[in-house]
Amino acid sequence: MSKKRRWLEEEYARATERFPEREYPFRTLSDIEIDPLYTEDDLEDFDPGRDLGYPGSYPYTRGVQASMYRGKLWTMRMFAGMGTAEQTNERFRKLLEAGQTGLSTAFDLPTLMGYDSDHPFAQGEVGRCGVAVASLADMEVLFDGIDPSEVTTSMTINSPANAIWAMYLAMAQRKGVSIESLGGTIQNDILKEFIAQKEYIFPPAPSVKLVIDTFEWGPRNVPRWNFISVSGYHIREAGSTAVQELAFTLADGIHYVRKALERGLDIDEFAPRISFFFNVHNDFFEEIAKLRAARRIWARQMREVYGAKNPRSWMLRTHAQTAGVSLTAQQPLVNVARVAIQALAGVLGGTNSLHTDAYDEALALPSEEAATLALRTQQVIAYETGVANTADPLAGSYFLESLTDEMERQTLRYFEQIDALGGVEAAIEEGYFAREIGDAAFEQQREIDSGERVVVGVNKYASPYPEVPLEPIDPQVEKIQAQRLAKVRSERDPQRAARALEALREAAVRGENTMPAFLEAAHAYCTLGEQMDVLREVYGVYEEPVLI
Amino acid sequence: MERRAIRVLIAKPGLDGHDRGAKVIARALRDAGMEVIYTGLRQTSEMIISAAIQEDVEAIGLSVLSGAHMHYFREIAAGLREQGAQDILLFGGGIVPDQDLPELEELGVGRLFTPGSSTGDVVNYLQETLRPETATT
Repeated sequence: MSKKRRWLEEEYARATERFPEREYPFRTLSDIEIDPLYTEDDLEDFDPGRDLGYPGSYPYTRGVQASMYRGKLWTMRMFAGMGTAEQTNERFRKLLEAGQTGLSTAFDLPTLMGYDSDHPFAQGEVGRCGVAVASLADMEVLFDGIDPSEVTTSMTINSPANAIWAMYLAMAQRKGVSIESLGGTIQNDILKEFIAQKEYIFPPAPSVKLVIDTFEWGPRNVPRWNFISVSGYHIREAGSTAVQELAFTLADGIHYVRKALERGLDIDEFAPRISFFFNVHNDFFEEIAKLRAARRIWARQMREVYGAKNPRSWMLRTHAQTAGVSLTAQQPLVNVARVAIQALAGVLGGTNSLHTDAYDEALALPSEEAATLALRTQQVIAYETGVANTADPLAGSYFLESLTDEMERQTLRYFEQIDALGGVEAAIEEGYFAREIGDAAFEQQREIDSGERVVVGVNKYASPYPEVPLEPIDPQVEKIQAQRLAKVRSERDPQRAARALEALREAAVRGENTMPAFLEAAHAYCTLGEQMDVLREVYGVYEEPVLI
Repeated sequence: MERRAIRVLIAKPGLDGHDRGAKVIARALRDAGMEVIYTGLRQTSEMIISAAIQEDVEAIGLSVLSGAHMHYFREIAAGLREQGAQDILLFGGGIVPDQDLPELEELGVGRLFTPGSSTGDVVNYLQETLRPETATT
């Protein structure tokens, strides 16, 4: 019998006879049972040389850079976007003045779904959950007075990612900046849209084809750009557990790698520019373990399974964001505490960049005051707490290492299940992810409703709370957008625009790489809706089966 | 005399794809013995109104997290009145700022369930509103 088991059966049993355990679910949000104590007995199979290594070296469990945050702090990248391009441009400039080090763009739903702001489906949605960008003209306003060679820009765009990226590149070119030097990220992860966020336009196969076009074109033309951010964030927000988030995200990443290899691309050319995006939720140690496990699993897969030779191909670089779904509309100021603790988990997990949610996000888009406080939270962690002084400070913890190992084991089991279904695309069409996530979400809600899981200020310690001030969206947004679109359509060279759309159609029909055609369409001021309509005709549109 | 089970339509209007809440509520209402029709994503106001009338529901729950809720509540409330179907209870959930509550009340919209609401609250609300004689609490 191990020493730990003996201790549990004797000492601990005696102690809890006198002072029983609290009524509380002693398991992580992923249902991993947590022992009262972890000791060296839990790390029997653990080999620090093999499983940890050093920061900046394989398998990168301890972080992707040798110097980690002593060299460069994580990028404080706050997601922003609302109303018109003018309004968001103003917010961008204020965030840069406040010390933010990278931009991150939220688009409105018409843009995310590939409709122009004056399309009937866009009614009521323009500028509501992000900024409207329907053509290069909007992109030019959005980055007015901002030098694209001085900042890195992240854009949360998926189905129309190729077109929006091309507009950004065209905007930079018109400012005389060479795209070869541009740094930034497009999310461009369509698989998690089918799995979780549901902002898809075309069916899975052509959607993935468009993504692989960027794998091919990106490294050769915009070598410093992350042409994908494989995202677990939305999978988690849709209700998955931490383990499902980890497993499904890495499975998505591997699916893209397989598709790029099928096209004959060299893994060491594209893999270094694959980036990731994870959620950081409430279960502190589980979130830290998740980020560490993610780096180790990815490195092992890329090196051992897919034969990548370039160490940069093995590195999982990731953005993280605190869990929007954990924010409550009741007692919204309590969210400040949640966000701070989640952000700390992200940093202890070694994230490369971080967005912290504003406390008012369960009520509306964040006000400027709330967004600034969220940024200040990161600055307190970076400069006041000392946690950035040493790399991976929790390594070697009996508990954390055993949790990291467990998450890796469970993730590999999910990989087997997904492969048995025929891979990610087949599993999407079969409804596998919808069922897995739907069941997990329902179970979490049941635990909260029953009071088994405590949500402070909601099902325990509820009390009246004051209203918080919210920021209004420019009520003129639809009108301003419609006017700018009308101007774009009347002032551009109509023949150049028509030729560009035709070239896009031909590239799509022939299965060629679409990126050159998207870049020309951006320069020709073709609107987003026009470009997506061309592809809707060629590829068709996707509708998911309705499941509860 | 026993009354039939409450029939309710859970609807996702517009472009918003965030369906976690809608699906969790749909399952919880069904588990509470109600007959639930879920529209799926990307429904126009007209589609929602005609589904509600065809399915003969007593309540429509709109789930909107995109900030476009006022647009859809206005359209659907007006559409129901035009069709003489204003007796259908219109309620909702999602990201709805307090500032919007007075206008929603004027439109005749019932309760709005924001993040942190429990599924039990929604079940009780529908039972108390639609079956006050049998509601337990």
